[in-house]
Amino acid sequence: MTFDQFLQYVFSGVTTGSIYALTALGFTLIYNATDVINFAQGEFVMLGGLTAITLHEVGAPLALAFVGAVAIVAVVGILFQLLAIRPLHSAGILAQIIVTVGASLALRTGAMLIWGREALPLPPFTGDAPIKVSEATILPQTLWVLGLTLVIVVTLQLFYRRTLTGKAVRACSVNPSAARLMGISYSKVVLLSFGMSAAISAAGGVMITPVSFMGYSSGAIIGLKGFAAAIFGGLGNPAGAVFGGLALGILETLAIGALPMSGASGYKDAVAFLILLIVLFVKPQGLFGGRSVEKV
Amino acid sequence: MAAPAFLRRHLAFLAFSIFILSAPLFTGNIYYLSILAFMATRLMITLGLNLLMGQAGQISLGHAAFAGIGAYGSAIMTTRWNMDPWLAMLLSAAFAAAIAGLIGVPTLKLKGHYLAMATLGFGEIVHILLVQLKWLTNGTDGIGGIPSLAIGSIDFGEPQMFHWLVWGVVLIMLRISLNLVDSRVGRSLRALHRAEVAAMSLGVNTSFRKVQVLMVSAVFASIAGSFYVHYVHYVSPVSYTLTFSVILVTTVVIGGLGNVWGAVWGSVLMMLLPEYLKRYNQDYTLLVFGVMLILIMIFLPGGLVSFKTLVAKMRERLGGARTASATGPGPTGGS
Amino acid sequence: MALLRVENVTKRFGGLEALKDVSFSLHEGQVKALIGPNGAGKTTLFNLVSGIDRPTSGHVFFRDEDLGRLTPHAASRLGVGRTFQHSKVFDDMSVLDNVKVGRYGRSHAGVFSAFLTLPRHRREEKAISEASLRALRRVGLGDRAHESAGNLPVGDRHLLEIARSLASEPTVLLLDEPAAGLNNEETAQLAEIVRRVRDDGVTILLVEHDMGFVMDISDEVVVLDYGKKIAEGPPLMIRNDEEVIKAYLGEDI
Repeated sequence: MTFDQFLQYVFSGVTTGSIYALTALGFTLIYNATDVINFAQGEFVMLGGLTAITLHEVGAPLALAFVGAVAIVAVVGILFQLLAIRPLHSAGILAQIIVTVGASLALRTGAMLIWGREALPLPPFTGDAPIKVSEATILPQTLWVLGLTLVIVVTLQLFYRRTLTGKAVRACSVNPSAARLMGISYSKVVLLSFGMSAAISAAGGVMITPVSFMGYSSGAIIGLKGFAAAIFGGLGNPAGAVFGGLALGILETLAIGALPMSGASGYKDAVAFLILLIVLFVKPQGLFGGRSVEKV
Repeated sequence: MAAPAFLRRHLAFLAFSIFILSAPLFTGNIYYLSILAFMATRLMITLGLNLLMGQAGQISLGHAAFAGIGAYGSAIMTTRWNMDPWLAMLLSAAFAAAIAGLIGVPTLKLKGHYLAMATLGFGEIVHILLVQLKWLTNGTDGIGGIPSLAIGSIDFGEPQMFHWLVWGVVLIMLRISLNLVDSRVGRSLRALHRAEVAAMSLGVNTSFRKVQVLMVSAVFASIAGSFYVHYVHYVSPVSYTLTFSVILVTTVVIGGLGNVWGAVWGSVLMMLLPEYLKRYNQDYTLLVFGVMLILIMIFLPGGLVSFKTLVAKMRERLGGARTASATGPGPTGGS
Repeated sequence: MALLRVENVTKRFGGLEALKDVSFSLHEGQVKALIGPNGAGKTTLFNLVSGIDRPTSGHVFFRDEDLGRLTPHAASRLGVGRTFQHSKVFDDMSVLDNVKVGRYGRSHAGVFSAFLTLPRHRREEKAISEASLRALRRVGLGDRAHESAGNLPVGDRHLLEIARSLASEPTVLLLDEPAAGLNNEETAQLAEIVRRVRDDGVTILLVEHDMGFVMDISDEVVVLDYGKKIAEGPPLMIRNDEEVIKAYLGEDI
């Protein structure tokens, strides 16, 4: 592999990697607030992309379609929490996880009935003239993806560290009962976490649609990858989630590039799951340490 | 209450056995028999998954893959290596158990639902391998020409014979599941589900028991896969996906988590419902499954088998002062 | 030699030192109480003794075994039983089935013998039932065996946890705030039960806030304050100890 090829793979890797990162971040937000592993996370990504496509089709400019899709999916996330997760608060984590599995199935099939089976396109945010870097090329959309991901991650960090609400969210993830004693409403924090989680993942979905299209079933695989990324970085660790996503994206493309045999691309998806299994077996706290994986 | 509890339990099992084993005497219709055969293999998987989810409180999103191991194990060993089908079935099940152990040992030591994630990753990898390892699995074309099961001159390729064979095995699995629930091991599983630390402090080696029940459920699933391919004589990767794993979880939840009979009613409903929905639009099936999964968890967490309890409770609430009759064996009873 | 020895045990959680160099021992047949204000490290110590947590430094010996190296189920099988401050009753099981779980370490049937319900398995099940009923009667819950455990009132939940643990035939029984939420009459009943259990040869270590109860049934008392042992001795001595009185800020003890 030449350096330019390598560079090309890295560009392509960080693009998908950013989406994995945002999905992983979404997982992390919900997991930290509730201990629930949200198996419907990928559907938020899918809904983001498809909603933006529809908004754009009915005449909204891209920027408005982006914001509108994110807002709509955030509402979906909040409703999901209110209607399906909250009633199971006392029923336990297993029941809540099962409900996310059901929601994933329902949202995916629902999307298929609304948008059909074909993957749909969205125009790039600012044209598609490739930019040359050394001998490799980079699409403007890649820069958008990277830039917006960075903005989201930084904003989230600021929110966590600088605002009172953000600090409340963190307090709840460490110790819900202590947070409750401090007068922080746990149920509001959970609701907020679902909303933000859905919004962030939806943003990822809108950004990636111009690169790889979006279909009703695209969310499932992105969700699983984001999930692998979250565990890779350390489940419950937001910085780890972002790193895990980017690393996974790059590893995936490099693995395919490095494997000489033809047909290796069929195994591309296996990379994520192999990493997932290896991390769970060897270092379940992930690269940067998760929130709490102590053995019972 | 005239009959003691154990007699009533045996009555339910006996009545079900007689009913299901006599079915071919009343219908020779191949279509009905095939639905019953598919129901049987589905039930084998969900009986095991019900033990894992309902008793030990762990969720697996990779049970399709364990069934896939049985299906492909039997297919490959019988068509390519001319192995005896029964031996192939046994070896596949042993392989599935070994894999389950390999996944379970590291993940079931951890607090939380790491098994769900590991089985999910495992299931996806199995599916990818089934598609990609063309030299072994023939890729998406699948493997055909899988022989029927036979013992001596008894040919189980004949639908009625197959019915007795496969339901005989289901009944054995059902019986031993009922026995397990009502035993030292079953109690320890429910205890660790409810309060793991307390169970440990009472001497239960909880991670060992969890791994064990995962292995048992993998064996049930693998055997189901083997029977399935010997019945349809063909196997392809489309049957062994995450979606199928989710459908299996749905079947268990709808029937009733923690009650062995829940697996039975869940499998019956989940086999008949798609047949019914087919008349409208097949696309709706998964949507209905997803919505049902959510609604059942919220409104009927004990599943279909708890419907009676729910009605009793509502009547009690409405009837107010009416005598609070003792509720049956509870959600964990194996009646 | 002492049955249970806590030797220079320190436990840190991150920066927080929950126990600082605590030592004491428990002799066979004793009832020993562990008291101290909230956050003094009592439950932490229980978790170390029952194998749920490991000391940062120091050792907990049960006879010659280092409990710091054992898992909770191994500790249980050695003879360390415990109850929990926040009730950990198996709510969706019957009272009797709860206690039957306590027989786990004293019985052997595995998956296969359960599958097949061999005669040996049936005999063992019968023995488990009988032993469990005996344990229930010891705490006076014999007539509630077939109720759902989730329906028991608070006081009976404590008793159920005691019965469950007794079923495992412990040598040492750790009771974590057994009198919490009980009225006077129930507390007196509990004291009677604890005494009977002691008379049957079970050594008892208990954490409790109800000082009347503690002074009534304990042979010796250990006082913890902010993770440090500040006093140890017979109840009368503890009652008049300056430092103890200071730690409790003049609360009547």
